[in-house]
Amino acid sequence: MRTLRVGPVSTRVDVASVVCSLVAWLLTLAVGALSLTLGDYRIPLPLVLETLSGHGTLILNDIVVNGRLPRVLVGIGVGTAFAVSGAIFQRLARNPLVSPDLIGVNAGAALAAVLMITVLGSGWIPAGALLGSLLSAIVVYLLAYRDGISGYRLVLVGIGVTAIISSVTAYLLTLADIYAAKSAVQWLAGSLAGRTWTHVVLIGAALVVLLPAALAGARQLRLLELGDDLARTLAGRVELSRGLLILVGVALAALATAAAGPIAFVALVAPQLARRLVAERVAGLLAAGALGALLVVVSDLVAREIFAPTQLPVGIVTAFLGAPYLLILMARANRIGRGG
Amino acid sequence: MRLRAAGLLLCVAVLAVSVLLSLSIGNQHFGAHDVYLALADFSGSDNDRVIRYLRVPRTAAGLLAGAALGLAGALMQGVTRNPLADPGILGVNAGAALAVVGAIGVLGVHSLTGYVWFAMGGALVATVVVYLVGAIGRGGATPVKLALAGAAISALLGSVTSAITLLDLSTLNEFRFWVVGSLTLATGPVIGQAVPFIAVGIVLALVLGRSLNQLALGDELARSLGTRVMLVRVMAGLAVVVLAGTATAIAGPIGFLGLAVPHVARTLVGADYRWILPWSMVLAPVVLLLADVVGRLVARPSELQVGIITAVIGAPVFIALVRRRRMAAL
Repeated sequence: MRTLRVGPVSTRVDVASVVCSLVAWLLTLAVGALSLTLGDYRIPLPLVLETLSGHGTLILNDIVVNGRLPRVLVGIGVGTAFAVSGAIFQRLARNPLVSPDLIGVNAGAALAAVLMITVLGSGWIPAGALLGSLLSAIVVYLLAYRDGISGYRLVLVGIGVTAIISSVTAYLLTLADIYAAKSAVQWLAGSLAGRTWTHVVLIGAALVVLLPAALAGARQLRLLELGDDLARTLAGRVELSRGLLILVGVALAALATAAAGPIAFVALVAPQLARRLVAERVAGLLAAGALGALLVVVSDLVAREIFAPTQLPVGIVTAFLGAPYLLILMARANRIGRGG
Repeated sequence: MRLRAAGLLLCVAVLAVSVLLSLSIGNQHFGAHDVYLALADFSGSDNDRVIRYLRVPRTAAGLLAGAALGLAGALMQGVTRNPLADPGILGVNAGAALAVVGAIGVLGVHSLTGYVWFAMGGALVATVVVYLVGAIGRGGATPVKLALAGAAISALLGSVTSAITLLDLSTLNEFRFWVVGSLTLATGPVIGQAVPFIAVGIVLALVLGRSLNQLALGDELARSLGTRVMLVRVMAGLAVVVLAGTATAIAGPIGFLGLAVPHVARTLVGADYRWILPWSMVLAPVVLLLADVVGRLVARPSELQVGIITAVIGAPVFIALVRRRRMAAL
């Protein structure tokens, strides 16, 4: 932790966290550039760069700028959003195993999206998913509220609400015709296939608004981590700042889910990776975001190439990468007595 | 003692009524007389065929799966001393589901006798992993740690399951009807195959009542009373795997039944597992059959699968338990 002074303004900067974020961003850019060159039709990097600067042929322009670039950008965006959301929830609940996946946010989005796919038509998925996840998050929060919010109660109520919502989702899948059901399951797995500039704008706008809000809340997070009593003496309105932080976390996860489906484990793993790398007790939000972007972009590249020409949804790959890590994490967290 | 035995008899009577309701109510309603004729004097008329080939297997599936899940839930709550234990919440069903999907999609197994083994294997692996992960560290397997481990592992198993279903359309088609949890999936012969498995599980479970009472006192006291703690745990685990695995194989993953029913039983008969176990075994199929009857009636002419009804009834029980101020260990 260093203090940075520019004239009258000073701020505290965590050097390790900044370095870690920078390295992760550089790697993300490199992998992103690599995925622009790969695909059914391989395009060498100089040609990609030429196309990006506006000097490519029409067909190259279509493949790179309208096809592959939005996919990479959406991947970066949702990776960042999921990871920052996960970091907020983990720190609020003071539990490394808490993530928006577990507290009903994804389930609500999933139900809404399946409803859209099977009943209303796919154009409404982002709006529906956003509404669905916000609604389920509100329900979970209200049901878990009892003289304040405890992290464990939030998670356990989330598990219960998720169970109801998922059973309705499963029921809708039995009503749909099999091709609609397949595209719904694909969406449920979390996929970046066929993403357009609309999705880029959606997730980009979300980050522009919510990321500064999350960073502004980071100070409050540190206070809340001291426990409610201490935080109340130091900062006053604990419930308000916790409520706002939950709102930011839910909105980030909801918008990311709206753009790319519920990509599994990113929100859970990225903040933990950041914590290990930065060797801070808590996950820095920026470092977590950078690692989330890297994780999603790498996973999507793997998902595209591993069974090419068949493409897997990126969520399957993140699940395979994330799950073993999750098991280790749970074992560790429980051993040091912080798992609950 | 006499009261609890009389109550149990009453429960059996209620169960008999539920069976009759399940046989007679549906898209077509039948009177008790029709049901009797179809069973005792089969004439081959349309009515008789509906009762014999649709309603009877469905009701039998409800009886078996219900009894199995009720017992499995009570056993899990007893062994882990955890009020939130349930085959659905602790990932046992997800393990069975993944194994069944693997058997259908990758190995091409389509008969219950084929995939019941996979279901039990999947249930076993999931149970062991969840318990091991949840039991590490301070305080052993606390309710919260186990529930979290179960949810996380269910999420993991669920994404592997959807990967398999995405690669093969026909597996997805078979799986999506199975995963909601329904009593209409298993046919008569298939249910016949499940009977011995469930029977073994029931015997194993009912024998353990006394030992579970001693486990409730804590491991050390139980040990000093002469209970072989490890042996009881392993036996109970085995019974849970057989019961939950077989139930999942015939009816799909039905959640929350195993959670809610033992709590009802405990409220009615007290903390004695020698009574909780048989009461759960009789009450759970009552709930399951009635839920199934409700599912047939609410969305006519279509039906709601029973797994949806149990989730909608059972999850609020779970949430209510969580909201209790102190989630006392059992």
